[in-house]
Amino acid sequence: MIWAVALALGTVIAAGTYLLLSRDLLRCLIGLVLFGNGINLLLFTSGRLTSSLPPIIDAGDTVLAATANPLPQALVLTAIVISFALMCFSLVLALQIIQLAGSDDVARLRASEPPSPDGIKPALEEPS
Amino acid sequence: MLVLLPLLVPLATALLCALAWTTPRLQRAISAGGAMLLLFCSLALLWQVMTQGVITLTAGNWPLPFGIAFTADHLGTALVLIAALMLSITLLWQESAADPAPVSPALHPLLHGLVAGSAAAFLTADLFNLYVWFEVSLICALGLLVQGGSLRQLDAALKYFVLNLVGTLLLLAAVALLHAATGQLNFTALGEVVSRLDHSIKLPLLGLLMLAFLIKAAAFPFFAWLPVSYHTLPAPVLALFSALLTKIGICALLRTIAGVFFPAPELLFTLLGWIALLSMVTGVLGAAYHWDMRRILAFHTISQIGYILLAIALSSRAGNAAAIFFALHHSMVKAGLFLVAGLIYCQAGHYDLRRIGGLYAAKPGLAVLFLMLALSLVGIPPLSGFWGKYLIISESFNQGEYLWAGVALFVGFLTLYSMAKIWLEAFWKPHPDRDWRPPTEARTAPAYAGLCMLVLVTLWVGLVPERLLLFVSDAAATLQGGVP
Repeated sequence: MIWAVALALGTVIAAGTYLLLSRDLLRCLIGLVLFGNGINLLLFTSGRLTSSLPPIIDAGDTVLAATANPLPQALVLTAIVISFALMCFSLVLALQIIQLAGSDDVARLRASEPPSPDGIKPALEEPS
Repeated sequence: MLVLLPLLVPLATALLCALAWTTPRLQRAISAGGAMLLLFCSLALLWQVMTQGVITLTAGNWPLPFGIAFTADHLGTALVLIAALMLSITLLWQESAADPAPVSPALHPLLHGLVAGSAAAFLTADLFNLYVWFEVSLICALGLLVQGGSLRQLDAALKYFVLNLVGTLLLLAAVALLHAATGQLNFTALGEVVSRLDHSIKLPLLGLLMLAFLIKAAAFPFFAWLPVSYHTLPAPVLALFSALLTKIGICALLRTIAGVFFPAPELLFTLLGWIALLSMVTGVLGAAYHWDMRRILAFHTISQIGYILLAIALSSRAGNAAAIFFALHHSMVKAGLFLVAGLIYCQAGHYDLRRIGGLYAAKPGLAVLFLMLALSLVGIPPLSGFWGKYLIISESFNQGEYLWAGVALFVGFLTLYSMAKIWLEAFWKPHPDRDWRPPTEARTAPAYAGLCMLVLVTLWVGLVPERLLLFVSDAAATLQGGVP
């Protein structure tokens, strides 16, 4: 079981990395989201794949029986919320950039780094 | 309780500022009050740490290592104090006409949120908690980057976002793997268990952790997010960014790799040394190429991060002390230089050195302030940068790392070159536009007041370094790492 999960994890992270290297802005962001979700899964499995019983102490008992490890579940929940918020932000940002720049080609997106006119000296900054 | 105040106060202020969204005057008053309170709390915390030693607070009275702990040690508290000071100066600067951030209801909540995230990252003693605060400061920084809304700023924000998010995701991966290998998240508990791990597991785990922090600290070759985004920010926000963002990575690196995980594998420190050398050299060469003052200073940040990493790579207690001294010095001096650039922009009308000049004749006071900060950055005695560089270079010589010390000295000369470039172009040569006169009615008094505060601190540290030298050696001792 652990090997199947490891393989799936590796595939998700590899697919994410591949998409992240794409020149298409939206694909790049989807890659980032996949990459993040792969790592969320990694965090989830860091508590080992054991029982699927909920970690609740029965009345009368004082210690947990063989249940799932609750800590990674709490951690991964936090990470999922954060990555979801960042994904929403990044999609809005990407849409705004595509509308303003009129292109979704990452390689042509150089607004914050203007190309130098003669290849040697940096471009003269325009008065803002 | 005092330990948590440096993050509770800015968080509460951010919330109140957000509630006062519709009334800008009330928002400004809340924001100023919150900043003052934060400054007071961090001074009180520093006083307590200096008199009583390290304070640890564990949430919910859980026993360690189960509870989430916040530890106020010397390094964290000093960085929190700098964050509070820089926030006050930023808010003061907003009242001036020297390139203030555009007025927006989101500005004050985001500024306080950024400070809260950074302060918590400086104080936390829990690896997963560190990741959460990294993300808090990341999202607030993104909010500040997109404030202007022009394509230039959005493009910068996108690049900042992607590169930094990869960094924090790698940190999360390292957290997951460390947790899987040890079952711990608390720094002290992790340190104990990791020291018993097999070398072949320890090296990749700590290597991944170091990689994540190096991306955050903008070291070679992961620094691309810094020079691409800094120059799109208005001066006061830029000063706050330069004082906080890279320091989060440096502080975490000092806490973990150079601190509780000591002795980390030797290979990591050798690698860190070479990364430091390349950061120093590429940063200073990038600065030599550019003509926009903000880009020059942004590239210098990478070079100065190199100095801090070099000191960490020496992996001795004296090296850690030197790194802390340099980080504190750099936070203030570099922020001050960005603020000078803002004032130059306000007086001469541009950030590009080829379009300005004549400021020495027009504004000799500004010239003196610039000169003090620039010479401090270069490391001329008796300013604070001299002591920082002296500590690093003498410790390199002590350990027989002559090449590292030689490169550090050589990079100092190149730093002098680009500071001289700003001096010659902005202050010495006549303004290219003959009809140019500095604006007479521009409101700059608050800006000068904030800047003078930073210059006084660097002068004070330079002239009376004993107190701070003692403080950083205490700070290095409490990190638990490094050969004594």
